[in-house]
Amino acid sequence: MVASATELAYDSKIEGEVIVSRADAVINWIRSNSMWPMPMGLACCAIELMAVAASRFDIARFGAEVMRFSPKQADVMIVAGTVTYKMSTAVRRIYDQMLAPKWVIAMGACASTGGMYRSYAVMQGVDRILPVDVYVSGCPPRPEALLDALVKLQGKVAREPSASKLLSA
Amino acid sequence: MPAAPDAVAALKGRWAGLTDRPSLDHPAVNVPATELLGVLRSLKEEHGFDMLADVTAVDWAEGSRPRFTVVYHVFSTVGHEYVRIACACPDGAAPEVPSAVGLWPGANWHEREVFDMFGIRFAGHPDLRRILMWDGYPHFPLRKDFPLAGIETELPDPEVVAETKAGAIAAPMMGGPFVAKAGGINMAETEPRAKDESWSERRPKPGA
Repeated sequence: MVASATELAYDSKIEGEVIVSRADAVINWIRSNSMWPMPMGLACCAIELMAVAASRFDIARFGAEVMRFSPKQADVMIVAGTVTYKMSTAVRRIYDQMLAPKWVIAMGACASTGGMYRSYAVMQGVDRILPVDVYVSGCPPRPEALLDALVKLQGKVAREPSASKLLSA
Repeated sequence: MPAAPDAVAALKGRWAGLTDRPSLDHPAVNVPATELLGVLRSLKEEHGFDMLADVTAVDWAEGSRPRFTVVYHVFSTVGHEYVRIACACPDGAAPEVPSAVGLWPGANWHEREVFDMFGIRFAGHPDLRRILMWDGYPHFPLRKDFPLAGIETELPDPEVVAETKAGAIAAPMMGGPFVAKAGGINMAETEPRAKDESWSERRPKPGA
């Protein structure tokens, strides 16, 4: 079974040491399977984010277990919690310090819309200062919901025209 | 160790300006701002009320006299009793009372919070800055004339504003704040509901 499956993808007898593919497919395959998160934990959603990284839910299965507290080493910012106006400066600056390509997941009701905080102090959705790729509903969301968001983001990355973007950059 | 009512009686005997304050729980007393520090010091050093549990304030709304009252709760870790001290700010337009940081270092952040939320200044405070809202925020959110939804304001960082055009907005009431009505037999009617759904960010407030 294993031998027949490998023959479908790659047969060294026929193709030698060469694999033919599209540049987009290769680049996006590399990017989407190793997305290092920047854990922007601001409220109770951060507890669920920790659960996602721990053994029971194990985000390592999807290649995103390396939480980087240095924005320069991160690919995807997970905004987990309530973004106050006072905190918005730090959130935006950390996003600016991340190297492209970069993505944003708004985790939970607060990060997505301000949630239950209709207040003078809370930003009504982090998409007012960041380009959000995936929104996760829930207050806080279940860990499975965040895993689903990560898989959705991987699907989105897989459709990006990465090669033409790199050449035009 | 004297009990709280005895302590209050002793204070009233010593300072003439003190009056009883209606209270459902702990002994409470109104103190003029000029006597405030003396009363607090006496409670701490002579009556064993060694812990400052809370400093907060009341805004009685514009036009009231007094407009602002600062409230202190002091606790005796020996007698396990509270005394409440209320001090009316003499000037409603520029409210100011003396700072208690010299007596309890813990008063520092309490007084910064009262300053942040009500705009009451504490004379002699070593570092009277905002503690919750950002420096430069122009309003005092817990004052009665501050609307529940907030007031449109610039964000703290001008670079972020230039990049994103975002600002602190008057938060739309749609979806909140959620208010539960007490009573009623039908449980569905006592569920928390949005107080005012008549306006949102896209739909202006009726009559505004």
